[in-house]
Amino acid sequence: MKTMEVLKEELYSRFPEFASSIQIFSNFGDVTLTCPKELILPLLGHFKNRGRFDLLMDICGVDYPERAQRFEVVYHLFSSKSGDRIRVKCGVEEGKSIKSVTPLWKGANWFEREAYDLYGIQFEGHPNLTRILCHHQFVGHALRKDYPADKVQLCTSPLPFHLNGNGSGESGEDEESLVPLNIGPSHPATHGTLRILTLLDGERVKKADVEIGYLHRCFEKMAEVHSYTQVIPFTDRLNYCSAPMNNIGYCRTIERMLGVEIPSRAQAMRVILAELSRIIDHFVCIGANAVDIGALTGFFYLFELRERVYNLFEKLCGARLTVSLTRIGGMAADAPEGWFDDLTQTLKHLRKGIDEVDRLLTKNKIWMERTQIAGAISAEQAIQWGYTGPCLRAAGVNLDLRRLKPYYGYETLDFEVPVGTTGDVYDRYLVRMEEMRQSIRIIEQVIKQMPGGDYILRDKSFVLPEKKDVYGNIEGLMNHFMLVVKGIHPPVGEIYDATEAANGELGFYLVSDGSGCPYRLKVRPPCFPIFQSLPECITGGLVADVIAILGSMNVIAGELDR
Amino acid sequence: MHFENKKLSLYTRKEFSDKLFKVGIVEVSLREAERTTAHHLRKRNTGMSEMQEDLKRSERMPKFQPPLPENVGLTTKLDSIVAWGRKNSLWPLPFGTACCGIEMMSVMGPKYDLARYGAEVVRFSPRQSDLLLIAGTITTKMAPIVKTIYAQMLEPKYVISMGVCACSGGFYRAYHVLQGVDQVVPVDVYIPGCPPAPEAVLDGIMLLQRMIATGQPRPWKTAWEEANP
Repeated sequence: MKTMEVLKEELYSRFPEFASSIQIFSNFGDVTLTCPKELILPLLGHFKNRGRFDLLMDICGVDYPERAQRFEVVYHLFSSKSGDRIRVKCGVEEGKSIKSVTPLWKGANWFEREAYDLYGIQFEGHPNLTRILCHHQFVGHALRKDYPADKVQLCTSPLPFHLNGNGSGESGEDEESLVPLNIGPSHPATHGTLRILTLLDGERVKKADVEIGYLHRCFEKMAEVHSYTQVIPFTDRLNYCSAPMNNIGYCRTIERMLGVEIPSRAQAMRVILAELSRIIDHFVCIGANAVDIGALTGFFYLFELRERVYNLFEKLCGARLTVSLTRIGGMAADAPEGWFDDLTQTLKHLRKGIDEVDRLLTKNKIWMERTQIAGAISAEQAIQWGYTGPCLRAAGVNLDLRRLKPYYGYETLDFEVPVGTTGDVYDRYLVRMEEMRQSIRIIEQVIKQMPGGDYILRDKSFVLPEKKDVYGNIEGLMNHFMLVVKGIHPPVGEIYDATEAANGELGFYLVSDGSGCPYRLKVRPPCFPIFQSLPECITGGLVADVIAILGSMNVIAGELDR
Repeated sequence: MHFENKKLSLYTRKEFSDKLFKVGIVEVSLREAERTTAHHLRKRNTGMSEMQEDLKRSERMPKFQPPLPENVGLTTKLDSIVAWGRKNSLWPLPFGTACCGIEMMSVMGPKYDLARYGAEVVRFSPRQSDLLLIAGTITTKMAPIVKTIYAQMLEPKYVISMGVCACSGGFYRAYHVLQGVDQVVPVDVYIPGCPPAPEAVLDGIMLLQRMIATGQPRPWKTAWEEANP
């Protein structure tokens, strides 16, 4: 990253008429830039065309009712080459609009729709500015500060079949002769909560659209009315297939804001949990993908292995799926005696099981016929859409945050990052298979050099005292009481932090106003930008491929709709 | 039509199978009164011939138990044998929307094996299933869909609400979450937990089986039917 002075010079010379209104400053180490809203399109275009920040990670709104410019639109950009990030912020008055950045990045589409849905921010030039998460009859904008968190609106009608949305494909006069096919939201292949709307010409998809929000359970609003510690269980339920990873991502964000480094034992435990979660997340993805296109056996093999990992989680904390294992400052508890031996044994079973599934699927002719070429996407297109994680790596982009911006000691571990070539369903499957093997390697290395020491920082300002202190002395009791009642108070400011989750970059953008609850917590879910490319990926293909492509994207409704 | 007091006495093995076949026919006429769709009757009728074949096949199979002595009698009530059949052949529609859906997969997976309770035939078509297993948060966007699916199911039908989100909204006291799926469909068994352990789900299924076996009245369902004619 060029220093901020250099960036400032460059922007002042590029946009001299706005020189006085561009501000660049650092916020907890994140480079932040504020600019007037007229400048947003040329400025982001400048960043993108210079090839410096090629990935648009996130767009979100923040509501400040007391300001003249009530809303703030926040853009997070990322460079897939250097791993640099920049945050661009623009103020928008209520009722005014801001230019849409969809001409620059296709992936901006849904993010802007979400900001419109939840805040009512208008984006000028957006192809389809309609509600995305909330019910189409919903009145008001839910994330505005004046909307009560618990005000439920009972809406009675399901959204009718429509293709007026961001449906790709040619809109023609011959639409009358095409067959509309509605897939989901209750359909075995959509796993409950996704809805795909297609127009078919025979077996070919001519036009398609998707509808989401069927599992929009208001995570971000819930975070605003709960204390920092209470948000941890909510994060479990984002990507419930790999719950510990969300705990880790969230706690890491707050720890960075508090400016603390967790003990090395806690870091090692987090790496182990993250890699175990990555494995079981890929199990669900591969298992479900195979079931959807007819291979049931793999599912049973993989779920038997998943149970073994659940057993490990159960021994750690008592829960199987939604574990809430991390705390701000470390882990909830140390591993019980003999846990690492169990882990070593389980890893052996996992390795064997993965090989079995490998034999079942990798050279299987039907599997290859169904998955090869289907859903192929080029690296440029994948970056345009905002892909991250296995789907991006399958398209040939070597981007893994564990490598590019290592954390928790990943830089000292020996592992490979598998990269595909065509980005089709088969490549994604191969990438996931290899990632699971690499994750096992990582865990084995961590076990070998497991550091001793405490599992949590003993800092009274944000970590609960031990039970013996709570019951044994008045200081401990007071400390416990104050932390529970008043909560943790991070400093005022904002931060964006990302970890490499099973699906890709899981980012948390946190705005703190110094109170006990987050002022704004935006999750950047990895599958949200990936899933919005589905209509384009399936248009022109066979309807049977829709199911294969959908399964390979590993869309988890919990983090998609939040 | 009421068959409650009608008893069947079955004597020899041969007679037993013949009578059982007849019980099946009576059951069809009983359902005829209950159901209106011709489609379902066709399905049941074809089901009859399968039942007959099954009985024949079982006669051909090697006998592991000594044959019943000629003078042993078996008596049962028609209702209880029908309930026995129903409770052991629940066909669930797994309406998994969220985290509970993943635990439900575990329940159906190899370790917990829901198949042991006769409920392994998972059907995604409401026309073919009689147990709506709602696993996961139901949002206000999803609520009308759940209701439609329930309405599409054929009698007799049961609903299990798995997990606190489906039961009461859980810790999502939020603007887009339905505070309990019983606002839109009549729920027979609530399984608490976030998500419930698979053992709890099995317990819930067994509770429902007991309800079916004892023919427990379901006023909540009657109330729902009155409210949604």
